Amino acid sequence: MNETKEKLVLIGNGMAGVRALEELLKIEPNKYDITVFGAEPYGNYNRILLSPVLAGEKTVDDIMLNDEQWYVDNGITLHKGKEIVDIDRRGRTVFASDGTTAEYDRLLLATGSNPFIIPVPGNDLNSVISFRDIQDVDVMLAASKKYKNAVVIGGGLLGLEAANGLMLQGMHVTVVHLNDTLMERQLDSEAGGMLRLSLEERGLNFLMEASTVAILGDQHVTGVKFADGSEIAADLVVMAVGIKPNIALAQKVGIHCERGVVVNDTMQTYDPRVYAVGECVQHRGLAYGLVAPLFEQAKVCANHLAHMGYSRYEGSITSTKLKVTGIDLFSAGDFIGDESTENIIMKDVARGVYKKIVIKDNRIQGSVMYGDTVDGAWYFQLLRDNTDISDIRDHLMFGQSHLGDSGHGGQNAAAAMSDEMEVCGCNGVCKGDIITAITKKGLFTLDDVRAHTKASSSCGSCTGLVEQILASTLGGDYSAAPHSKPLCKCTDFSHDEVQAAIKENKLTSIRETMNYLKWKSPDGCAACRPALNYYVLAYHPGEAKDDPQSRYINERAHANIQKDGTYSVIPRMWGGVTNSAELRAIADVADKYNVPTVKVTGGQRIDLLGVKKEQLKPIWADLNNVGFVSGHGYGKALRTVKTCVGSEWCRFGTQDSTTLGVRLEEVTWGSWMPHKFKMAVSGCPRNCAEATIKDFGVVCVDSGYELHVGGNAGIKVRATDLLCKVETEEQVIEYSNAFVQLYREHAHYLERTAPWIERVGLSYVKEHVVDNAESRKLLSDRFLESQKYVQKDPWAERASEGVQQHEFVSLMRVS
Amino acid sequence: MFFLSDKLKTKTLNTVTKEKFMSQKEWIEVGLIEDIPSLGARVVETSNGNVGVFRTAEDEVFALRDSCPHKGGPLSQGIVHGKRVTCPLHNWVLELDSGAVIAPDEGCVASYPVKIENGKVFLNLQAN
Repeated sequence: MNETKEKLVLIGNGMAGVRALEELLKIEPNKYDITVFGAEPYGNYNRILLSPVLAGEKTVDDIMLNDEQWYVDNGITLHKGKEIVDIDRRGRTVFASDGTTAEYDRLLLATGSNPFIIPVPGNDLNSVISFRDIQDVDVMLAASKKYKNAVVIGGGLLGLEAANGLMLQGMHVTVVHLNDTLMERQLDSEAGGMLRLSLEERGLNFLMEASTVAILGDQHVTGVKFADGSEIAADLVVMAVGIKPNIALAQKVGIHCERGVVVNDTMQTYDPRVYAVGECVQHRGLAYGLVAPLFEQAKVCANHLAHMGYSRYEGSITSTKLKVTGIDLFSAGDFIGDESTENIIMKDVARGVYKKIVIKDNRIQGSVMYGDTVDGAWYFQLLRDNTDISDIRDHLMFGQSHLGDSGHGGQNAAAAMSDEMEVCGCNGVCKGDIITAITKKGLFTLDDVRAHTKASSSCGSCTGLVEQILASTLGGDYSAAPHSKPLCKCTDFSHDEVQAAIKENKLTSIRETMNYLKWKSPDGCAACRPALNYYVLAYHPGEAKDDPQSRYINERAHANIQKDGTYSVIPRMWGGVTNSAELRAIADVADKYNVPTVKVTGGQRIDLLGVKKEQLKPIWADLNNVGFVSGHGYGKALRTVKTCVGSEWCRFGTQDSTTLGVRLEEVTWGSWMPHKFKMAVSGCPRNCAEATIKDFGVVCVDSGYELHVGGNAGIKVRATDLLCKVETEEQVIEYSNAFVQLYREHAHYLERTAPWIERVGLSYVKEHVVDNAESRKLLSDRFLESQKYVQKDPWAERASEGVQQHEFVSLMRVS
Repeated sequence: MFFLSDKLKTKTLNTVTKEKFMSQKEWIEVGLIEDIPSLGARVVETSNGNVGVFRTAEDEVFALRDSCPHKGGPLSQGIVHGKRVTCPLHNWVLELDSGAVIAPDEGCVASYPVKIENGKVFLNLQAN
């Protein structure tokens, strides 16, 4: 068996290289015999958590990502503490300094980077070090016990983290910086100034615009001398002025290098058998020093090592966070701007808050934030998606969470929370739980945290907080959501790409779609199958066939599953209007089937709770007898149309809101949607039907009807945007149809109208539904056409027409 | 070493026990394979609670106790994909053959032997 395996050698036992191996083992566990050479005498550890180790918040063991057992378990030969000094590319063999050799079929270079040592006299004295590996941390920790004065040269991310750590170890620390702004590559002068002030308050000292000309001392360092002739005392000097890709080995064996080892979009070097990832790499002219891009590279590289050969690395946009406890700062993109950009700036020195968003042509170019970074991830997303922000420009600065975010006690700054405070109100996850999981289990992404802790995995309202915790725990290396997110793990295609493929290639079944897009799993998963089922039905009404087995149980059983496995039954009450016969029928059903709970819903209907599955059919039959149909209270579909009594009874009513609500419900019921869809009609601006928090709301006024869209009263309260005003009921219905169809065709599955409109912009909706009469008519026609196939009561079909009978009876009863 | 031999002993014991049950031939015919929807499940009610009988796209049939180890959700109502099922309550994913929960969640539910003869499904209620 083993003879047939190819040999893969990894040079560099660091985060990028080992991550590539992990990604490879996930997709092709048995393809290679793998050998790893690492110059350091450890397994793979989380280099970005060295700062907390120095600060005494974590131990070396805490930050191990892959211990030696991991290599054993995966059949990987690990040569630690052995540096590769030569490669025979023709003979495909690597040579270590101690004489160890290994042959390869594929070679992966992940030699990382070296700290930049400034070329001044004395830079080789004792106790002049960099901040790069565990050994450096050991030297610093030892020095802090013996000596008093530390000088950190470099006021960038790494330098400040080192300085903070040394200060916490009790040293008197001075940070020397060449520029007049700290972290000038990540911060503008305002934010840099606030950062400096806050670090000074903590006890750090700064020498700005100071150019080091010599490190003083005989054998051991005694001080640092500057260009202006001044000197300061030092027992320890840490150089943190930057890194440079470690290309010595690659250069020596003739692999093309510029600043780093040059690779193409498949992470291949000029030698086709040799791949490279990580900080040693130069891709499209750029070298990266943060973990997120390195992991993206690792994933692409693994795809090619596995001979799958379709993945490409196209570069990364990065964002930065500082890992100094209690200091919140964030930056991304071009946050300085120039004469062609516009800045939105908010500054409140007393609160210690500064935010700046740089905009060009209504698109975010960059942002820098200090003190309140809760919306950093959102701005970063808008930046990466190149979203047109003209519709939200007036409240962009106030962030995404400015209105009624519920579920986490109103907290919006993770830094201010103690470890015991609850972050995720759905799953009861505290801040400390999340931090422990991130460090102990080596998590890097929001999805990792969701999988391991369940935080932010239910309603998602605490996502911003979790991202902040992730960012502040991992510092600059936090990996935000990728630019184009795959629909699920079964494919690399995004929702948009899948939707386009289904629409343009006339794919009318889940199987066809999976074949066409080369799905990675045989029959998908619980995430993609319902999405695909929805898409084929939405794009090809009448032609695509519904697949009940790809529907969530609620839609398969046409009832809502409850925590104990029973179901709830909600008959449709058109516009919330009922009568004595209907109420009597419900009361009879409740008695006849011993329904434990009868409850009035928020959508003006009546819910029968605690119904056993085998009772569903007879209950539906009884309800059908008085004319009730399914209320779709279980579906990604039209739920309710809430109304007030309007001009028929109310002394303030301006139009007949009740009748209009019933008409809207009669047109719209039965249609499948990307997510649940709620409507309301209020008879006057007092808005008793709460139309301005619905997906589609009508507010009647004396002169006609205001149409409102994209409201939501759930996790995040969002008031509707005003779409337009129309004059007749017929217009209301046509605009409603067009809006619903636009949503059905363009939103992603499980995306409600509120986030959909925030994603595509209200202008986009107006353009298709309001401004262009032809487009509106076509949308409305397509909606009415698709309604022909679905406006059949699913309860009647099952209760009396024999559809899907197996769903409602046991296979067998064994006594 | 003691640990190892101890482990071996348990293993032998299990095998004997299983053989004993097999010899009792407690196979119950529960229906035809067509009675179970492909990529779906049906329930067999027993005095000790429900058993979900699952059918994959490849027409393999598996049986699990119909109660997710997380919060007791009815697994038979979940979505079947590959040789796995996703619980309808909180999306835990379980292996149909072993009843093991997929990481990072942890847990296991009892699985039962199933055999198919001439299109008929037989279930053995002695858990694996």
